Amino acid sequence: MENARTFEKVCAILNEYNHNYYQLIPILEAVQEEYRYLPEEVMAFIAISLGISPANVFGVASFYSHFTFTPKGKYVIKVCDGTACHVKKSADIIKAMEEQLELQTGQRTTGDMLFTIETVSCLGACGLAPAIVINDEIVYGLLTPEKAVKLIKDIQAKEVPGSNEPGEH
Amino acid sequence: MSKRKMLMVDHIPVPIGDERNLLEVIRKANIELPTFCYHSEMSIYGACRLCLVEIEGRGLQPACSTLPEEGLVISTNTQQIRAMRRMILELMLANHQGDCPTCVKGGDCQLQQLAHRMGVAKIRFSRVKERLRIDASSPAIIHDPNKCILCGDCVRTCNEIQGVGAIDFAYSGSEFAVAPCFGKNMAQGECVACGQCSLVCPTGALYARPSINEVWAALHDPAKTVVAQIDPAVRIALGEDFNLAAGTIATGQIVSALRRMGFDFVYDTAFAADLMTIELGEEFLERLEKGERLPIITSCCPAWVTFAEQHYPEYLDNLSTCRSPHQMLGALVKNKVTPAKGVKPEDIVVVSIMPCIAKKGEVLRPEFSTGYGRDVDYVLTTLGLSLMIKEAGLNFNQLGQDSFDMPFGFITGAGVIHGNSGGVTEAVARYVSEKVSEKRSDYYVYSNMRNGAELREIKVTLGKNKLNLAVASGLGSVKKLIKKMKKGQAHYDFIEVKACPGGCINGGGQPPGKEKNIKAKRSAGLYDNDKMLQLHKSRENPYIADLYERFLEKPGSQIARKLLHTHYQSKKRVYFDMNNLARQESKQAKLELSICFGTSCLVKGAQGIYSGINQYLNENKSLDKVQINTTFCYEKCSRGPVIRIGEEVIEACTLEIALEEIGRQLK
Repeated sequence: MENARTFEKVCAILNEYNHNYYQLIPILEAVQEEYRYLPEEVMAFIAISLGISPANVFGVASFYSHFTFTPKGKYVIKVCDGTACHVKKSADIIKAMEEQLELQTGQRTTGDMLFTIETVSCLGACGLAPAIVINDEIVYGLLTPEKAVKLIKDIQAKEVPGSNEPGEH
Repeated sequence: MSKRKMLMVDHIPVPIGDERNLLEVIRKANIELPTFCYHSEMSIYGACRLCLVEIEGRGLQPACSTLPEEGLVISTNTQQIRAMRRMILELMLANHQGDCPTCVKGGDCQLQQLAHRMGVAKIRFSRVKERLRIDASSPAIIHDPNKCILCGDCVRTCNEIQGVGAIDFAYSGSEFAVAPCFGKNMAQGECVACGQCSLVCPTGALYARPSINEVWAALHDPAKTVVAQIDPAVRIALGEDFNLAAGTIATGQIVSALRRMGFDFVYDTAFAADLMTIELGEEFLERLEKGERLPIITSCCPAWVTFAEQHYPEYLDNLSTCRSPHQMLGALVKNKVTPAKGVKPEDIVVVSIMPCIAKKGEVLRPEFSTGYGRDVDYVLTTLGLSLMIKEAGLNFNQLGQDSFDMPFGFITGAGVIHGNSGGVTEAVARYVSEKVSEKRSDYYVYSNMRNGAELREIKVTLGKNKLNLAVASGLGSVKKLIKKMKKGQAHYDFIEVKACPGGCINGGGQPPGKEKNIKAKRSAGLYDNDKMLQLHKSRENPYIADLYERFLEKPGSQIARKLLHTHYQSKKRVYFDMNNLARQESKQAKLELSICFGTSCLVKGAQGIYSGINQYLNENKSLDKVQINTTFCYEKCSRGPVIRIGEEVIEACTLEIALEEIGRQLK
């Protein structure tokens, strides 16, 4: 498995930051980069390595909404639900994507760990409302539910060959 | 004469001494500035903002985090400050669950008191927080986040003084809360139940799990014979709850109160402390003679035992095997020495009245059920007993004196001083010195064991033995001591550990002290009690001699081992499944390798070995030949780092040894 949890990476990260407690936030960021979330055991490991309590690490990590404690999918889709997008019916986009991904109420990540859907307050792209951003890289604006579903289908086709028809062009 | 530096507080000149902040200077001027988050022995947090004062030219400043400077002109009581204090209290009260009449802290709550003092008549804000779940998972401590005002006193006590860090602030904004790690509950986290957090909590957010109802039920059950035993530290602190000065010895009234409430027999845990002194003294002498498992570390403090099991499994062999005294007494009463003819052991209920919260968890340990049910059924804290006395309507200060029941009511001074940090060491020194010199002596005061420092080293010569002793109280001090030992900077023969700073007199179940120097006053009370007793040495206790003669044979006998001793288990921080933590799947793997990443091995360098092996395999292009797992503890912590390579388990492994073995097995 590509992301088999290995402590090698954590050890390397800790070494890179010299096991310095004052570098806890960059360490957590690097770890999250690696695992796409902060696994409990890794946080405990970091605590032991830095000589602080696990509650202390959790306190710092849970302070920032940037850190997450549940595994996220390979594609993290942030749907803007700021004022402009909200008026332009971002709710419909979310609903359409949830249906396409067969997400149950409250479920944010697909069972195959491919997708996570999050809502954010504003992407700063109000002129493109409604907008989403995938993996903090590409912003897709002026969306319709159909376009959003197509984006997902395209990714599914790429990631799971044969299991999904590519969307219509 | 050099001119002293002065500042002005409310038009009065006040000299500046070595105070670390303005708050202490102002309090020196007999102005009791309100605070929640300020404690002189902890770091300055500055969160509650109640100590705001007006400094001329600077406006409102928190006194706790402002340095005293010459010439400052300070006002502590202006219209603006009054309005500000009320506002802060109103905001705290808005989200606070104000069920004061039914709250454990009702009547003794600092929030309640300050709201009264500052004249908060009405709360203008409404509750915005949802009610949160009360965490009652721990057998000892209950956490009610709905009462928390986020002053952080508990967090800093747990971290700075105790070095445990079981709780910390978590989350942010309106969800900001005090919580154990990873959203777990108190039972799953690292809490050792010392209860120091509950002592500093200004409200009822952290408190000892009450056992009052269970004890009343037993007292009201005619089929039960209810036996009470009182810890030494209870007698000098309970009075504080009835307006007596700290350190007042109230043994007679306490026994009297217990009888009035319906306890059938009242014993003194100090008797068992005498017994423990002998068992521990003999164990120490035996280890000294054999030169093994030294230093011997005391085991009478259950919070320390839990802490050792979680953090220092490599020292579990050093722990004395003696049970804590109340467990010794419980086992004796339940197994051997029933209080009266015709009383069946299964009808006996043993209630320990303790200054301690951790003992509430200790009684549940399976090894402490040697006869009929648990050896000790319930633990009441000093505060718990106080509440029962009040509930029964007994006028404590008017109660006459009563005395303990025999045989477990006869004590020597050595048993009583166990409640002080250093007391166990002194009691054992009194025993060991006579034992090794084979001479009776009237000398009994070891004043060098009595200074109040939380970490102290004592050199004594007992017989031909020159011994290094150490006394540590407060788990933070214990951590420092062990660090020193591990670095090889110190060697001891005997270590006394108490989890609470100052010892049991300052236990988590004691009344939260209001007087100044409360620890010193309580401690002096116990030493006075020792002086007032005719006997000061455990071996002189005639009832103990009789007990050995009739039942226990001799210290460390088979029956003594069953009833008076115990054993320990490593309980490293395994609150999640670490087994498959770092499984690097490799289909062609010829060799399987497991590295222990338990705390102890990790500290001893498992991580370096792990990286080293990976690097070696990578360089030799043989990563796919070896499957590396990390595991959590082989239960061999004292001999770590432990690595299993193939079928070979290597202790005290180094990278060189590991690589050689891998090379050998891969051939």
